[in-house]
Amino acid sequence: MPHIERNVLYTIGGAIVLMTLLPWILGKVVPNQVFFEWPYFFEVAIGGLLSGVMYSLVALGFVLIFKASGVFNFAQGAMVLFAALTLVGLIDLGVPIWASIILTLGVMVILAFAIERVVLSHLVNQEHIILFMATIGIAYFLDGFGQTLWGSDVKRLDLGLPNSPIKLFDGALLVNEFDLIAALIAGVLVISLALFFQYTRIGRALRAVADDHQAALSVGIPLKHIWVIVWSVAGLVALVAGIMWGSKLGVQFSLSLIALKALPVLIIGGFTSIPGAIIGGLIIGAGENIAEVFIGPLIGGGITDWFAYMLALVFLVFRPQGLFGEKIIERV
Amino acid sequence: MIYREAGEFKSTYQADQAIFPIRQDRWFILAILAIAFIVMPLVGSDYWLGTIMLPFLILALAALGLNVLTGYAGLLSLGTGGFMATGAFAAYKLATMFPGLHILAVLIMSGLITAGVGILFGIPSLRIKGFYLAVATLASQFFLIWMFNKFGWFTNYSASGVISAPPMTIFGDIYVTGPQATAAAKYLFVLAVVAFLALMIKNLVRSNMGREWMAIRDMDIAAEIIGIKMLSTKLKAFAVSSFLCGIAGALWAFIYTGSVEPAAFDINRSFQILFMVIIGGLGSILGSFLGAAFITLLPIFLSNAPHWFGMNIPVDMISHIESMVFGALIIFFLIVEPHGLARLWQIAKEKLRLWPFPY
Repeated sequence: MPHIERNVLYTIGGAIVLMTLLPWILGKVVPNQVFFEWPYFFEVAIGGLLSGVMYSLVALGFVLIFKASGVFNFAQGAMVLFAALTLVGLIDLGVPIWASIILTLGVMVILAFAIERVVLSHLVNQEHIILFMATIGIAYFLDGFGQTLWGSDVKRLDLGLPNSPIKLFDGALLVNEFDLIAALIAGVLVISLALFFQYTRIGRALRAVADDHQAALSVGIPLKHIWVIVWSVAGLVALVAGIMWGSKLGVQFSLSLIALKALPVLIIGGFTSIPGAIIGGLIIGAGENIAEVFIGPLIGGGITDWFAYMLALVFLVFRPQGLFGEKIIERV
Repeated sequence: MIYREAGEFKSTYQADQAIFPIRQDRWFILAILAIAFIVMPLVGSDYWLGTIMLPFLILALAALGLNVLTGYAGLLSLGTGGFMATGAFAAYKLATMFPGLHILAVLIMSGLITAGVGILFGIPSLRIKGFYLAVATLASQFFLIWMFNKFGWFTNYSASGVISAPPMTIFGDIYVTGPQATAAAKYLFVLAVVAFLALMIKNLVRSNMGREWMAIRDMDIAAEIIGIKMLSTKLKAFAVSSFLCGIAGALWAFIYTGSVEPAAFDINRSFQILFMVIIGGLGSILGSFLGAAFITLLPIFLSNAPHWFGMNIPVDMISHIESMVFGALIIFFLIVEPHGLARLWQIAKEKLRLWPFPY
C-alpha cells in the first residue's frame, strides 16, 4: 500500500529533523548549559527507544485483537500480568524454564478459548462500547484470578538474560544489554507476525475478518476459530511482554498498568497497524525519556505519567486516525 | 392495573410537558424523596448515613455527570477522576482563599471551574471520537492528578499533599463539614444538592440541548447535516458533565472524607464511575443512581459476606476475590442486559402495565 510507505518516509524524515532540531532547542531552553551534552542526549534517546520497543510489545497485543475483531481489548495488560504470574509460579514449582514457557503458552490458549466461549460469543453484534466494557471486566477478573492463584508479592523472574551496560564509542554511550535483547526479540516477533498475517492461510482469513465480519462469514471463514486464534496470538505476545517486563521490574501488579502506557502508543500508531505499534512505541519511548530528562526538571519532574498522553493528544488533533491508521471515511 | 396511564388525559400543555407526565411516576418519585429526606435520617444509623449513603449519593452525582457525556452525547470518557479532583481542589482553594464564602457558592464556583477545565480537555473531541477519544481523555486524568500532586499551591503547600476541608455551615449554624458536622446533617445536605442537580439534568436532557446531544450520539454526521453545531454541542456536553463531576469531587473531599489526597481520584475512580454508568444504563438518569447503588454496595457485601458464613479469609485475598467477582459480574451484566439496570426497571414497568392480563 503506497500510503503506508509514504507514512514511513514521513515518520523517518520527521524523526531525523526532530532529532537534529531538538538538541539545539533544548540547548537554548535548558538554563544549565553544562547539563546538555550530545553523547548524553543520545544515550537518553537510545534508552528511550529501547524501552519504547517494550511498549510496542504490549501495544502489539491490542492491535492484533482490534485488527481481527474490532474489539478494543483493555485486558491486554492483565494478560501480560497473568502470563508472567503463571510463568513464575510454574518455575517456582520446580518446572524447568522451557517447559514452563510452553505450559504458560498452553494456559494462554485455554484462556483464549474461555474468553471466546464465555464472553465474546454471547456478545456478538453488540456495540463496541459494550465489548470494550466486557474486556475491562476480563481485566479485573484476570487481575484477581492471577493474584489469588499465585499470590500478590513481588516475584523475581530470572531467565538468565544478561543485564549489564555495554559501552559504545569508548564509553561515551552506555546501552543496556538487556534492552538490546528485548528490542531484538520484539523485532523478530513483529516480523514473524507480519509474515504470518501476510502469507499464511490463517493470516489471510484474519485479514478478511478484519475487513468485514459478514463477508468473511459468508465465504465460509469460521469467525469463532479466528477469534480463538487471535486471542491466543495476543496471549503469546502478552507472554513475551510479560517475560521482558517481568525480568526488568519483577513480576507484580504494576505489570498490568503497562497497558496504560501502551494506549498512547496505539493512538499515535493507529489501532489497526502492526508497524504503527512499533513506530508509535519508538516515538513515545524516545519522546518520553528525552522529555523527562531535559524538560522534566523545568516543571517539577515525574512527567512520564502523562507526557505520552499529551503527545498523543496533540498528535491526534493533526492526524485523528493515527500515523498508520486507516483513513476514516464517514458518510450518512 | 396499578401502573397504567390509560385514562390520564392531559388538558394543558403544562401537564403534557411535565417532567414526570405519568401520575404513578410522580407518586413514586415523591415517595422516594420522602423516604430519602424524612425516613432515612430518622431510622438510619450514623454508619448507614455517613459510610454508605454519602459515597453512594456523591458517586451517583459523578455517574450522572459521566452519563451526560457518555450516555447522552456519546463521548466515551475515562477522565472522570481528574475532573472530580479538579472540583475538590478548586473548592479547597476557594474555601481557604475566601473564608467567608458560603458552601453553596464554593460548590457552584468549583463546578464552574471544573466545567472550564472540561471544555479545555473537550476540544480534541471535535476531531477524534470513539476509542481514540477515550484514550485522549486519559491525558486529562493523568495530567490533572500529576498537577495537583506536584504543585504545592493547590494544597496551600501542605507537606503531605493532603487537603482538608475547613468547617462550614448552612443556615447560619448547622455544620456540614468539619468535625462538628453530624452524619445526618451531611447526608441531608448532600441529598438536597444531588436531588436538585438530578432534577435539573432530567429536565435538561429533554430540552433542545439534550436532544442535540442525543442526535450527535446516534449519528454525528447526520446531526451535523441537519444543522447541529458540532463544536458547541460537544463542548456543552463536556461543560455540563464536568460541572457535575466537579461538584461531586468537592462534596467527596469536603463532606464525605473531610480530607483527601489526589490519589483518591486516580484512574480506578474513573473506571468505577464508568462501571456505574454502564451497569446502571447508558443514557438514563435513574440508571446512574441504580448503578451507583450497585457498585458501592457490592464491595461492602463482598467484604462482609465471608464473616456471615464464618469463613476467615486474609484481607489481600478478599480484595483479589472482590476484583474477580467484580469482573465476572460486569461480564455477566453485559451479557444478560447490556442496557443496564435501568432497562430492567423499564421492562418491569411494561410488565406492570399489562399486569393481570399479559398477552
